[in-house]
Amino acid sequence: MNKPSIETLEKTASQVRRDIVRMVHAVNSGHPGGSLGCTDFLTALYFNIMDIKKPFDPDGRDEDMFFLSNGHISPVWYSILARSGYFPVAELATFRKLDSRLQGHPATEEGLPGIRVASGSLGQGLSVACGAAQAKKLNKDDKRVYVLMGDGELDEGQVWEAAMYAAHCKIDNLIATVDYNGQQIDGPTSEVMDLMDLKAKWQAFGWDVIESDGNDMKSVINAMSLAKSLSGKGKPVVNLMKTEMGAGVDFMMGSHKWHGVAPNDEQLATALAQLEETLGDY
Amino acid sequence: MTKLTYTEKKDTRSGFGAGLLELGRTNPEVVALCADLVGSLKMQDFIDEFPERFFQIGIAEANMMGVAAGLTIGGKIPFTGTFANFSTGRVYDQIRQSIAYSGKNVKICASHAGLTLGEDGATHQILEDIGLMKMLPHMTVINPCDYNQTKAATIAIAEFEGPVYLRFGRPKVPVFTPADQKFEIGKAIKMIEGNDVTIFATGHLVWEAIEAEAVLAKEGISVEVINIHTIKPLDVQAIIESAKKTGCVVTAEEHQMNGGLGDSVAQTLALNLPTPLEMVAVNDSFGESGTPEQLMKKYGIDAENIVKAVKRVMKRK
Repeated sequence: MNKPSIETLEKTASQVRRDIVRMVHAVNSGHPGGSLGCTDFLTALYFNIMDIKKPFDPDGRDEDMFFLSNGHISPVWYSILARSGYFPVAELATFRKLDSRLQGHPATEEGLPGIRVASGSLGQGLSVACGAAQAKKLNKDDKRVYVLMGDGELDEGQVWEAAMYAAHCKIDNLIATVDYNGQQIDGPTSEVMDLMDLKAKWQAFGWDVIESDGNDMKSVINAMSLAKSLSGKGKPVVNLMKTEMGAGVDFMMGSHKWHGVAPNDEQLATALAQLEETLGDY
Repeated sequence: MTKLTYTEKKDTRSGFGAGLLELGRTNPEVVALCADLVGSLKMQDFIDEFPERFFQIGIAEANMMGVAAGLTIGGKIPFTGTFANFSTGRVYDQIRQSIAYSGKNVKICASHAGLTLGEDGATHQILEDIGLMKMLPHMTVINPCDYNQTKAATIAIAEFEGPVYLRFGRPKVPVFTPADQKFEIGKAIKMIEGNDVTIFATGHLVWEAIEAEAVLAKEGISVEVINIHTIKPLDVQAIIESAKKTGCVVTAEEHQMNGGLGDSVAQTLALNLPTPLEMVAVNDSFGESGTPEQLMKKYGIDAENIVKAVKRVMKRK
């Protein structure tokens, strides 16, 4: 299968960003900031980097798997899953509504295709990804496991239990990415809980570390291609990916204030005017 | 019914170890995880035969629950092993989100439950774990009574699809159930037939209930003893049938009164067949250091206290 061009991926990302602000606006709740920041990464992952199969197989055998640990950025994941064909795009209109498969935070209970474990309570995804990657090794399945975490999420101790474990067990079919936007709910990470030298921390835990720009499609593709080339060599790989919260919508950028706030009608119109409709709104 | 007796004492955790080893040989999808307590959990035999299917996690129980959840994706059946305290209270949110809410086929196997852990004291003597686990949707909760039943339960839960909490203990206790008895999840076992009062017991307290019955029989009281090895799903039919026959019940467990077997039986009877009930359980207190026998006596959960509870409840008929 031919990989889509950078330009095509950017067009997809623009549509995903429209989906995100429309979904969050429709129910006046949800998390647009981190979702917009990770749009380029998830677009690249699902439309270029990962080798995935459809229809959805919960066991993910002989295909790459993705886990979203920072589950609050569910809008971007739901849009990506719908736009890549796991479920109808029209279902995005049910986000956070009663009887929907698109829960506020990702869940398996309602059977939404594309999701393999619930997330939202932070710090658990890396552990689950470690187990899934080890199951692949036991099954002689040479595909990879990807996981995304927030940088604020790194405050959770369990992340470091899992980081220690992954390196100790040489889980080298695991590629973690940190959404390194420097923001968390109560303010900049430097003020709430300083991550200090994050690269040195991961290196000291025994990981191969990549640093990248997460809001430039070419840079994302290059970083994840590098991550793939580093995998399979005895070490887990982490991509410290600098992003801007709210990327793509000027008034949402550069602040933690849009972490969990929905735009009003006027703000929605302003946002949509900045985002080209490329694949048709849901 | 034949008289219940025993010829040897064995720890229930060794029943778990033996069951796990057998599963290793019969089910290639079974894998085991441990948080630095291999000896205590009796997992070494499994590790010796199946080293590639064992995952040493270190002292990181939260990570263990997450890794176990991940291993189910791809078809593995993970059995986690640590003390009951570190299997539940310490990792409640990990179990809640990554295992129970996510419907993951993880078997949480917990040793050293309750007071009978003994001298280590209250930091390790969890008496709240049944309550914590039974409150979780999708979770099955099992507390077998002796070595044979723990081994059989360990084997049975591998065949069952869904998260399970399997609770067992540290001390050597009488082995009195048949080695060949098949374990049926959710099916209570009538140990002794009687007419005047029913004792619903779980775990180590099943043997205490049998001893209490022997004392009461000499006084002419006909006691029915039912082993509720599965606290969730509860065998509602067996409980109602027996309570209907005897008209009063005692529950017995090595757990807090709040949230334990007694709560579940009381709820069942209050909803279906209000019946006088007394609970033999720890009454809103932490434990302390001591021998298992001393602690069971001091905290009121031995045969002697079951006898007293039976006499109290019969007066309320």
